[in-house]
Amino acid sequence: MTALRRYPVLAALCLAALFMVVPFVVVALNAVKSPTEYSQNGPLSLPDGLYLDGLKDFWERVDYSQKLVNSVLISGCVAVGAAVLSVLNAYAIGIGRIKGRTWVLAFFVLANMLPQEALVYPVYYLSKQAGLYDTRLSVIIVFTVIQAAFGTYLLSSVLGRFPREIIEAARIDGASRWQVLWRIVVPVSRPTIGVLLVFFFIWTWNEFLLPLVMLISNDNQTVSVALGVLQGQRLMDATMTNAAALLGVLPALVFFLVFQRTLTRGIAVGAVK
Amino acid sequence: MTVTVERSARAVGRGEAPRPPRRPRDSYALFLVPGALAFLAVVVVPFLMNTGVSFTDWQGVGSPTWSGLANYRELLDDTEFWASFRHSLFMVVAMAVLPTGLGLVLAAALFDYVGKHFGSRVVAVLRACFYLPQVLPIAVAGIVWSWILAPDNGSLNALLKAVGLGSWQRDWLGDPDLALYSVMGVMVWVQLGFPLVVFMAGLQRVDPELYEAAELDGAGWWRRFWHITLPQIRPETYVVLTWCSIAALKVFGAVYVLTKGGPGGATDVPSYFSFATFFEKTQVGYGAAISTVLTVIILALSLVGLKLQTRAEDAEEGVRT
Repeated sequence: MTALRRYPVLAALCLAALFMVVPFVVVALNAVKSPTEYSQNGPLSLPDGLYLDGLKDFWERVDYSQKLVNSVLISGCVAVGAAVLSVLNAYAIGIGRIKGRTWVLAFFVLANMLPQEALVYPVYYLSKQAGLYDTRLSVIIVFTVIQAAFGTYLLSSVLGRFPREIIEAARIDGASRWQVLWRIVVPVSRPTIGVLLVFFFIWTWNEFLLPLVMLISNDNQTVSVALGVLQGQRLMDATMTNAAALLGVLPALVFFLVFQRTLTRGIAVGAVK
Repeated sequence: MTVTVERSARAVGRGEAPRPPRRPRDSYALFLVPGALAFLAVVVVPFLMNTGVSFTDWQGVGSPTWSGLANYRELLDDTEFWASFRHSLFMVVAMAVLPTGLGLVLAAALFDYVGKHFGSRVVAVLRACFYLPQVLPIAVAGIVWSWILAPDNGSLNALLKAVGLGSWQRDWLGDPDLALYSVMGVMVWVQLGFPLVVFMAGLQRVDPELYEAAELDGAGWWRRFWHITLPQIRPETYVVLTWCSIAALKVFGAVYVLTKGGPGGATDVPSYFSFATFFEKTQVGYGAAISTVLTVIILALSLVGLKLQTRAEDAEEGVRT
């Protein structure tokens, strides 16, 4: 490979990468413009100064703090709940090697593939019957289970290769199955569980259909749902749209920077064992 | 991602130690009880209810009346239904075929050219740029793009005007002939990072000697890509294609935020169609039939993908041993 070809390739890749990031930059630039500036200079000019009233107005109008609290609460509970459920399932399948585990595992895989459209109406109906409709708890319960389907699958294959000697040794020392799980299996599998926690959190944060159906009151909505509904109503002007977009992008950007390593490593683990 | 069950289960079966005494082994099943109950309540029962309702006529209140296959018969004659599945095929192109193809080339270029000559830090930064849209909530991506593609003072139209291509300005999401392609473009942007990251991980396990040998034989970059890279990461390719196709069939949020299935049904997809039938038209039985058809297609696709991947991995292992 000659240097002559190397640089054009690098340049082309950088250009492509730039294209991926440009929408974020344009949004950030326009979110700090005042409405008059926007209508005079259009979307492509650089902002004259930092105009933060648009962001502040939007924040107060949609009660964004509440939406953030809801999203963090729901995603956090789901991540922990789904991880616990996955560990219990995977312990029985991967280490306990219970009878019929192939079928049990196949069941979890299929449950994971199931489109939410096939669950959404009964879930909506049943939660109304149970008095859980329009509560954050209902969304937490549903996603804990849905995410655990993927977690069970991934952890089962990881625990299937868990060194048996360690478990045998602990058993001989008189540890119960419960103790083996919490004192040995969980600490040793911490990296995989960490990946799962991050994924569950972000996936739940990004979920749209079920929260849209289940959370109708303003006080319970997540960031995704609140922004999606606002956009769907077509009531936002350009400045407000940009404020909405920037405030929606920021949390995702923070997760991305914090969890970048876990994310990219995790996808590889998930895709090919 | 969900694709290696058969294999791992088989591997477990092969390496099994002599059977331990019955009782202690079965007591592991107790750990499955909470999971089993939760799945019963949240997945199995609702799924069966949905399938059951698809054979009835129900508006969501009162009790459903049995109507047999009437809903499915109606679907066959429903042009809206066929259109929504036709659009699904376009989504498969935008979310599976194109990102996989682009992802392969980009991953190989990043790995070969950039990784070997400019260091892993440059690779990491570039990869992060491509992956960024993947962590964005789809609702937020929709807001960003519907503003960029807006007809009046949207950035794309403003950009076209600024570079003297004013006559190319369009109502990207409002023109029935264009809207589907605009949504497809957005989905390529959203989806590209996933195949890229998976392929880059896959490339790391390809034996570098293969490339060196090919290079000595005088094979150029494209030939090496075609004859070494592609066959070597075939299992990953199947995983990505299956996974992305399923995601494409399920696509909902982007359509809801960008176009609401419009203009005039030009971007309607099955999941949005069933959502609208459930909650806007409140024809619950009919909506259930749509989602049942979607489920059957997705499950069939998953099984095919699983088969292909297992075969590819077995073939690869056969070569190695």
